[in-house]
Amino acid sequence: MAAKPNAEQLHSIAEGIRLVTLQTFAGAGSGHVGGSMSIIETLAVLYASEMRVNPEDPDWKERDRLVLSKGHAGPALYATLALRGYFPKEMLSELNQNGTHLPSHCDRMKTPGVDMTTGSLGQGISAAIGMALAARLDGSDRMTYLIIGDGECDEGQIWEGAMFAAHHRLDNLICFVDNNKQQLDGFITDVLDLGDIGAKFAAFGWHVQNVNGHDCGAIQTAVNVAKNQKGKPSVIVLDTEKGHGCTFSEGVCPNHHQSFTPMEMEEAIENVKKRLIAAREGR
Amino acid sequence: MFTVKDSFETSRTLMRDACCQGLLDAAEKNPDVVVLDADLVNSSGLKPFFKHYPDRAFDCGVAEANMIGIAAGLSAAGKIPFTHTFGCFASRRVCDQIMISCAYAHLNVKMIGSDPGVTASKNGGTHMPFEDMAVLRAIPEITLIEPSDPVMMRWLIGQLVEQYGVYYIRMVRKEAASVYEEGSTFEIGKGNVLQDGSDVTLFASGIMVEEAMKAATLLHAEGISARVVDMFTWKPIDAELVARCARETGCFVTAENHNVLGGLGSAIAEAAVQSVPVPIEMVGVKDRFGQVGSVSFLKEEYGLTALEIFDAAKRSIARKRG
Repeated sequence: MAAKPNAEQLHSIAEGIRLVTLQTFAGAGSGHVGGSMSIIETLAVLYASEMRVNPEDPDWKERDRLVLSKGHAGPALYATLALRGYFPKEMLSELNQNGTHLPSHCDRMKTPGVDMTTGSLGQGISAAIGMALAARLDGSDRMTYLIIGDGECDEGQIWEGAMFAAHHRLDNLICFVDNNKQQLDGFITDVLDLGDIGAKFAAFGWHVQNVNGHDCGAIQTAVNVAKNQKGKPSVIVLDTEKGHGCTFSEGVCPNHHQSFTPMEMEEAIENVKKRLIAAREGR
Repeated sequence: MFTVKDSFETSRTLMRDACCQGLLDAAEKNPDVVVLDADLVNSSGLKPFFKHYPDRAFDCGVAEANMIGIAAGLSAAGKIPFTHTFGCFASRRVCDQIMISCAYAHLNVKMIGSDPGVTASKNGGTHMPFEDMAVLRAIPEITLIEPSDPVMMRWLIGQLVEQYGVYYIRMVRKEAASVYEEGSTFEIGKGNVLQDGSDVTLFASGIMVEEAMKAATLLHAEGISARVVDMFTWKPIDAELVARCARETGCFVTAENHNVLGGLGSAIAEAAVQSVPVPIEMVGVKDRFGQVGSVSFLKEEYGLTALEIFDAAKRSIARKRG
């Protein structure tokens, strides 16, 4: 088995995904930029390092699963899957076009490599629990990964699922919370304050880690700690910035769904390209 | 092929027990069959399954939305999940989970909603689904079934294991009339002609099948020949049979333990107006909420009786164009 990429290599992979994600949005003219940018480092760690998958056989039964419950971040996942070899990069230009395989929210029937249809927030946790239970029933060591948004934690179903997963000691389930501090209407603290997300999951009986969600090495380490947890599900609360690494999105509120001018996008893409070159040259 | 009993007596087997037996049979044959309930195992009759297959049965607690989502996830990984809760929660409370996580995601989930309509009896208006089928009927590709008796219920479970897709079974939980002989088989999506007739067709399902048969006997006494159809599949509706009955009998009565808006009567009317339009009288709940009461009181209160069907048949026949 090939050695896992190190933190620097993962950082470079992440910037590559960010670049392709922005290029994907560029063709569409608008989209869920903020929440796609914030989750890219996690997707890089999962698909380049941690997940057991086979892009040539996307339906392989023994693959690890990912449920991207915050389904509006689909474009970041599509870029990741294309770079991982699930489908040709050229297909990314289809984003949100008529008859597309790449809809704004994830659809397991349309996109190779997408494990669950999501977009109605709160539902992905239950689907991920079902997949984790199925793995246990099959006696399989496959893992189920789940990504939820912080705003998504407003949904009651998240906490129904949190209770169930802990009760059933689902240690083959790892949940990431993309804590990018914003929901559609603005800052979480202004719209509906979640308080301490990690403490809430801990109270529900989960193993909790808080990490910098833009630090690939930290995420990679946290995933491996989580994999070794026995008897309880794990949550990794990612301290992220909504719109991270995109010049017209980061620091902007609200930035859930954004339109942009071609010039703004060109500037954002050039900015990522510079960072990518620096990353590949070892900074 | 099915055989109709000569007289409909109350079955010795409760519907929930027929359901559980069907699931036990299915689970023995197929290791992928799993069962989920939402804190109603003591009511659903599924205790024997939970006892026999503790690893393949999940009590999700009072969290119906999570249960339906878990079923979707299990199905995405190749399992064949059956869920149960009361019909009110199995439909309106989890409508979006059924729509998105199950149906839109093209997964394989079988849902049982029990205590339909007036059979919720003493649980009253909060628990009395007159709207479950209407709520779910607008979801594309879902199949909606109201089995009429324990023989059909048990047969149905075996069928659902073999068929892929999202199914909702509207199940009376306790006593039901015994309509079919043991060993009868059916076809999902095809109505059962229980009794032939030429003046009017009475379409019914669930507890209304017995009332329709009684009404046919009353009509016979007045020289009216009524055809009785057990339309146990509400969606997809058997449009071919609707058209044939329209041509051959010229008018209908529909009878349902459900709101007449969006239910069996609506489905049959939609099919008829697109093929052979005929007069239709609808017996059912006239856009009202439920309430506490005995089943017999509630049947009278909401007009779910043989006498209502009898009167409706005469009105329907009178509306036929000479």
